[in-house]
Amino acid sequence: MNEKVIELVAVNKWYDKFHVLKDINLSVFAGEKVIICGPSGSGKSTLIRCVNRLEEHQEGSIVVRGVTLGHDTKNIEKIRGDVGMVFQQFNLFPHLTILDNCTLAPTWVRKLPKKDAEQLAMEYLKKVKIEDQAKKFPGQLSGGQQQRAAIARALCMEPKIMLFDEPTSALDPEMIKEVLDVMIDLAKGGMTMIVVSHEMAFAKEVADRVIFMDEGRIVEEKETKEFFANPENERTKLFLSQILG
Amino acid sequence: MIINFIQWSKKSLFSNWWNSLITLFCIYLLFLIIPPFINWAILDATFSGKLKTDCTAGGACWVFIRVWFEKLMYGFYPVENIWRINLSFIIFIGTIGLSFFVREKYKLYILFFLIFIFPFIAFILIRGGFGLTIVETREWGGLALTFILAIFGIILSFPLGVLLAMGRRSEMPIIKYFCICFIETWRGIPLITVLFAAAVMFPLLLPSGTLVDKLLRVAIGIAIFESAYVAEVVRGGLQSLPRGQYDAAKSIGMGYWQMNFFIVLPQAIKTVIPGITNTFIALLKDTPLIYLIGMAEILGIVNMAKANPYWLGMAVEGYVFAAIIFGVVSFILSSYSQKLEKKFSTENK
Repeated sequence: MNEKVIELVAVNKWYDKFHVLKDINLSVFAGEKVIICGPSGSGKSTLIRCVNRLEEHQEGSIVVRGVTLGHDTKNIEKIRGDVGMVFQQFNLFPHLTILDNCTLAPTWVRKLPKKDAEQLAMEYLKKVKIEDQAKKFPGQLSGGQQQRAAIARALCMEPKIMLFDEPTSALDPEMIKEVLDVMIDLAKGGMTMIVVSHEMAFAKEVADRVIFMDEGRIVEEKETKEFFANPENERTKLFLSQILG
Repeated sequence: MIINFIQWSKKSLFSNWWNSLITLFCIYLLFLIIPPFINWAILDATFSGKLKTDCTAGGACWVFIRVWFEKLMYGFYPVENIWRINLSFIIFIGTIGLSFFVREKYKLYILFFLIFIFPFIAFILIRGGFGLTIVETREWGGLALTFILAIFGIILSFPLGVLLAMGRRSEMPIIKYFCICFIETWRGIPLITVLFAAAVMFPLLLPSGTLVDKLLRVAIGIAIFESAYVAEVVRGGLQSLPRGQYDAAKSIGMGYWQMNFFIVLPQAIKTVIPGITNTFIALLKDTPLIYLIGMAEILGIVNMAKANPYWLGMAVEGYVFAAIIFGVVSFILSSYSQKLEKKFSTENK
């Protein structure tokens, strides 16, 4: 078996009184692709935001690549550099060109020389097929192009793990495919991925495991084929029947 | 052209009876004000001569401004050294002018020069030292002093205000509450109190023998006072930034300072350019208050000159002159800020 790169044990999280994550146990191995689905408000996004500590958990332990996340974690930036993240709303930096969006972190966080950073950025922009947009500002691009730029920006840190937080939910239907194609390429390249998504076709194609969450709990966790063929939990069945139509 | 004007005025000035009435009333007001002012300021005015007695035409006596011009501009700064003040301002204006022509990446160096290096150059030039004769700050005055205080205030209060705004949003309680107290205290005090405290009270609190230059005390007082206002304006900009920008910056591994320097502040400050300009124009127009603590900036000189036995009653000319100068400088500041706004708004589209 591959090495464990992410391990969550009995993680609990509250927003004030609201109990958003309840006893989450989850392990992800190197190279694995895990899809998390579930109704909105079920804690999916919060869960993956805990993995790079954009959110803090209150109980349990989260270990990422051998480092336990907590208040006293040193070099949280270093861990975040190893864990790329793609957001629902793209969150590109609107005041910088696409190229600058991509070179910023390599130049200042990884301290690469400017030339190398630009070369690296162009390489990844080519990979997501928007190298001809490099000099434009995010506002001049379509949603699908922006999301692909955001993926390239994350990849420029050469992360070991990629987190996707509903990457296609804010996109028009005709743009979803271009983003999913990029993600499929990435998956086939062996990247460890956790994807919060309702794109079941995508899940069937690339996922090793599918997790269904409801009300802050993981209610079902199965290998992809099993998950779609024999869902056990009632809520999973209901959800699948609604989403697959 | 004329037909266009008639059409335009029909549409905009005389579209119905009350608009026509207001238009006519405004024309009447302009008729009341402008011709007498032109008569006074230009047609009946005296421009040449050396003494008040040369002004016999009944209009403005611009001779007064001509005779006192050097004092109005430089106060009691020694005449033979005035070139040092001029040189400082030429460097300042020149650097800003240069920033219009150079490439984007050099602008940061220009900003760095203006904030960290220029103040020292200007200080040495104007005050002396390094071979230049020392001119004590009490001899500084006139419009130059107004500008020195305003520029020093802007250069110092801007970074300080930004830091305070960031501190007020800090997650560390000590820093956060310190910044809140600091900002609210300084905003709660009138500027005139700050000036009197800096000029009169502060020396009493120092151990005897310690001497901090009065102008320096006042300048720092003004800068800190303004920084509290800048902080609140900048905070507004920080709050308008969506959380996603912070998330994205953190997710690519940026630390607190990198995130603020590259992502948060550039965007936040762009959105608050109108507010910051507002603060700076207010700062420029606040500086004449130092006349009340005995510093001879331009209004101080006007007041002194009109009390001169040979020039009694020349107040109006002096005030009109000062008003025109403040008007022009404020106008330049606000057009520059509009230019910046326009530039940034096109950049993001």
